[in-house]
Amino acid sequence: MKKYRKDFPILKRKINGKRLVYLDSAATSQKPIQVINAIANFYKTFNANIHRSIHTLGEEATKAYEEAREAVASFINAEHKEEVIFVRNTTEALNIAAFGLRNIVKGKLLLTEMEHHSNLLPWQQLAKLKHLELDFISFDKDGYLDEPEEKLKGASVLAITQASNVLGTINPIKKITEKAKEYGTIVVVDGAQSVPHMPVDVQKLGIDMLAFSAHKMLGPTGIGVLYAKKELLEKMEPVMFGSEMIKEVSFTEATWNELPYKFEYGTPHIAGAVGFKAAIDYLQEVGMRNVRKHDERITTYALKRLKNIVSIIGPKKAEDRSGLIAFTMGDIHPHDIATILNEEGIAIRSGHHCAMPLHRKLGIQASARASFYLYTIKEDVDALVEGLKKVREVFER
Amino acid sequence: MSDIYSEIILNHWKSPRNRGKIDDADVVIKDSNPLCGDEITMYMKFDDDKIKQVSFEGKGCAISQASASMLTEFVKGKSIDEIIKMNSNKVQKMLGVKLSATRLKCALLPLKSLKLGIYSYLGKKLAG
Repeated sequence: MKKYRKDFPILKRKINGKRLVYLDSAATSQKPIQVINAIANFYKTFNANIHRSIHTLGEEATKAYEEAREAVASFINAEHKEEVIFVRNTTEALNIAAFGLRNIVKGKLLLTEMEHHSNLLPWQQLAKLKHLELDFISFDKDGYLDEPEEKLKGASVLAITQASNVLGTINPIKKITEKAKEYGTIVVVDGAQSVPHMPVDVQKLGIDMLAFSAHKMLGPTGIGVLYAKKELLEKMEPVMFGSEMIKEVSFTEATWNELPYKFEYGTPHIAGAVGFKAAIDYLQEVGMRNVRKHDERITTYALKRLKNIVSIIGPKKAEDRSGLIAFTMGDIHPHDIATILNEEGIAIRSGHHCAMPLHRKLGIQASARASFYLYTIKEDVDALVEGLKKVREVFER
Repeated sequence: MSDIYSEIILNHWKSPRNRGKIDDADVVIKDSNPLCGDEITMYMKFDDDKIKQVSFEGKGCAISQASASMLTEFVKGKSIDEIIKMNSNKVQKMLGVKLSATRLKCALLPLKSLKLGIYSYLGKKLAG
């Protein structure tokens, strides 16, 4: 995958005089020149608002925006393109999912203990508003999810991450959706860490709703996707109100636009959609199977090199993990680890990674996290290992 | 090697001063930094408008822990007014290092908690 590095201009940067070693792709990925150019080209040659302007630029912008939707639909193998709703990011997608279901949910909302705050808070707040029970599927000491079976009883929704942003665990979504169907439970999947890193086929996996962001998969920030099955979207209520999402409006009443526009409001991130399509084209050129294979290779290597110098969180086997490794180093605070690594040009994430309850359950306050993508090379892992040795030296002197 | 992790900062991190509880504290104040989850609890005893005794407990990075240790040493016996006037420059000077904007937040958490404690004490005093 080394050959792709030349497409990422930022990788040529020096940080504190050292080669940039970017190990924070789970927070946001870097962007290839093809995506950067696509966005610039939109603004240079066919910038216009969409769905309302009759002129040439408006037609071209509308066409590009809708082509982006088609590209996303085919990327996740959605049955209909109107099942793809453009939103700002995964967090917004999950809020629309939760509050769009407000007239459908009943009984119990089921989550897991490994959810990111973005897939916890919308459901937590919805449960408060609708006086519903909130229940959680736990995970074991190696970071594997418990069997959901008995907890599914009476759950109208199961909100679950496909790949944990802290443990790295890849959850068996297909097995879970099959079980959920027996109980009539709607399965909402947080795909923020999975869609960028592995083939995700919503039909094959039996996913009812899926949320993800463009910026973690080579695309720009400010645009993401809520996918939901058509029959579900038809039953759901809009969450944001205003222009674009309406059919007819009087002073006291309104009716909703057809799908997907019922859930898209105001002027969207058109340049973002154009950049998103370029990112998807790029990933399809590389092939998602190859992206996953590379993640697994780098993770295997990193697990082997890191296991003797840090305490690794989550599954021991790379095949069960996405391309990220969270870890701790005894008494040394993750912030201090990140600061010293930065002096060496190495970018990692430190903190609770928007999963405070998960860290509390693990009995730690924060962790450090190195995450990989298709441009990550073994030398990046080697630099991390050397950097961590320096961290030890500083704190043990 | 690292500029931020000076001898003095590492010394305060390894052997923090004024760490622990004060059982009969006038004010106990808990604060946290939502960005990183660092937590600090300050125990304060006052003698009219002076800080008589102060200690802290909590978890955090070397910068926030060293800052708490140095700050509690520095403010003992100082007047409330003097502490309220302290700003981020003063804290950086005390630590003797230059910090980035994000790391400055770690260094300032103890001062922020200390000031919250003072305002809470003044409030209580006003309420009689």
